[in-house]
Amino acid sequence: MSQVSSRLILPYRREDAGAPPSRHAGYRSTVLRSPRLPPLAIPATLTEVTGPEQAWDRLMGPAMADLTAQHRGAPQGQRIVVTGRVLDEDGRPVPHTVVEIWQANAAGRYIHARDDWPAPLDPNFTGVGRVITDAEGRYRFVTIRPGAYPWGNHRNAWRPAHIHLSLLGPAFATRLVTQMYFPDDPLIEIDPIANAVPMPYRQRLVARFDIGVTEPNWALGYRFDIVLKGRDQTPFEEDHHDH
Amino acid sequence: MTTDLDTTDLDALNAAARADNQDPALFGQTPSQTVGPFFHYGLPWKGGADLVERSEMGARADLMPPEHFQLASSGVSGRPLGEVIEIAGGVYDGSGAPLNDVMIEIWHANAAGRYASAEDGRAEVPLDPHFIGFGRAATSREGIWRFRTIRPGRVPGPGNTLQAPHIALSVLGRGLLKRLATRLYFEDGEGNADDPILALVPSERRQTLVARRRPDGVWWLDIVLQGENETVFFDL
Ligand SMILES: [Fe+3]
Repeated sequence: MSQVSSRLILPYRREDAGAPPSRHAGYRSTVLRSPRLPPLAIPATLTEVTGPEQAWDRLMGPAMADLTAQHRGAPQGQRIVVTGRVLDEDGRPVPHTVVEIWQANAAGRYIHARDDWPAPLDPNFTGVGRVITDAEGRYRFVTIRPGAYPWGNHRNAWRPAHIHLSLLGPAFATRLVTQMYFPDDPLIEIDPIANAVPMPYRQRLVARFDIGVTEPNWALGYRFDIVLKGRDQTPFEEDHHDH
Repeated sequence: MTTDLDTTDLDALNAAARADNQDPALFGQTPSQTVGPFFHYGLPWKGGADLVERSEMGARADLMPPEHFQLASSGVSGRPLGEVIEIAGGVYDGSGAPLNDVMIEIWHANAAGRYASAEDGRAEVPLDPHFIGFGRAATSREGIWRFRTIRPGRVPGPGNTLQAPHIALSVLGRGLLKRLATRLYFEDGEGNADDPILALVPSERRQTLVARRRPDGVWWLDIVLQGENETVFFDL
C-alpha cells in the first residue's frame, strides 16, 4: 500500500466524567433538542485529528483583546482582566489557538435583537473578543464584569454572571464551547445550565480571583485555564487490519 | 491559620481560594456548556459560510445594530481548485420545529483530499493556497444553514481504507449542552459503499448522513436532533 496508509493516527480521548449529558431536564430546551440515541463511537481518522490551526488570522481577522476599547467611550461597569492558559489534559500548553468570547454588558443585557430584557443597553459595549494563545498557551482579555440576567426557563430563573468561550483547539475532535463563571456567585448552584455539569467538575467552570492578575487602580483580575481533550498515548497504527 | 493583618505584607495577600478551575485536584477537561441563543454577534463572521468567494454568507447581521457587528469579514482570497458546490439543510428538534438559533461548522479536505493542517503531513497530496476548509454558519430565520465550498477529495481512513468524500459538521445551539458532531456524504460519492465510517452506521440510519442533490443543484441534508430520522451523531 502507499505510504499514506502507514501513518500513525493518535486519537484524542473521549469526554471525561465532567461532561454534561445532552439531556438535562432542568434546562428545558434540552428536552426536545437532545438526541435520543447514544452517539456512535468512531475511530479517529485524519478528519478528526486535523484542524485549521495555522489559519486563524486568515479566517477571522485580527485579535480583539480589549472589549472596553471598541467604541468611542468607555463601557459602564467594573473593568476586569480575564487571563489564563489553554492546556491539554496532560497539562501541555495549546499554543497559537483561537479563543473567542462574548458576553452581556454590566447590566446583564446582550447587544442582540432577541434579548428583550429591559435592562439598559450600553452603546460603548458590544461584548465580543477574540485572541490567539501565545507559545505557552496564554491568553488575556480586558473586559467588564457581565451582569446576571433573567431567562424564561422557569419562574424567577436567573443566569449567573458568565462569559461565553469558544475554542477549536488543534483538531476537529477538540472543539469546545463553554462558559466561565465568577467565584462566590450564589446563582451558580441554582442554574440549570451550570448544574448540567456534575460536581465536583462544575468547579472547573469557576474562575479564580487573583490579586496577581489584578492591576492597581485599574482592573480586577480573574484567572481561568481551559483544558481541551488530550491525545491518547497509544498510537493507532494505520496499517493494522484488526483495529 | 490566622493572619495578623497588622504585620503582614498586605500586597502579597490573595483572596481565599475555593474549589475552582485552578484546583489541581480537579484538573481535567473543561466541561462543555451551551452556546446559548445570543452567539450571533460573537461567532459567525460575514463570509464564514463561503469558502469560495468573498460574500456575507453565514452571518446574521440582522440580529444586532450595525455598529455592534465587530467581527471581521471573509478572509477568502483567490479561487480554490475543485467543483464549487452549495450544501444546505434545515435543523429540526424532536417536535419537527425548525431551529433558527443554531450554528453549524464544517471542516473538510481540499479537492485533492488534503487537509490544510500540519497534522496532515502527506506531502504527496497537494495543498491549495486558496483553501482552508473551515466554515461557520448561523441558521436563518427559517432554520436553514448553507455553505458555499468545493467538493472535497478522498482521504485515508483506518487501516488500508480510503474514505468517501465527506464533510465533518459540528452542530451548536441553544439547548445543546455539547457540540454534536456528524458528517455529510454525497449521494453519488465515490466509495460510499466501502466507507469505513459509514460502515459502522446501522444501514437504516445511513441516509441521515447522505446529502441529496436537489434540482437547483444544492446538496441538501436536514439535521434532525431527535426522534424519527434522528441524525447519526458521533462520539469522537
Ligand atoms: Fe449568556
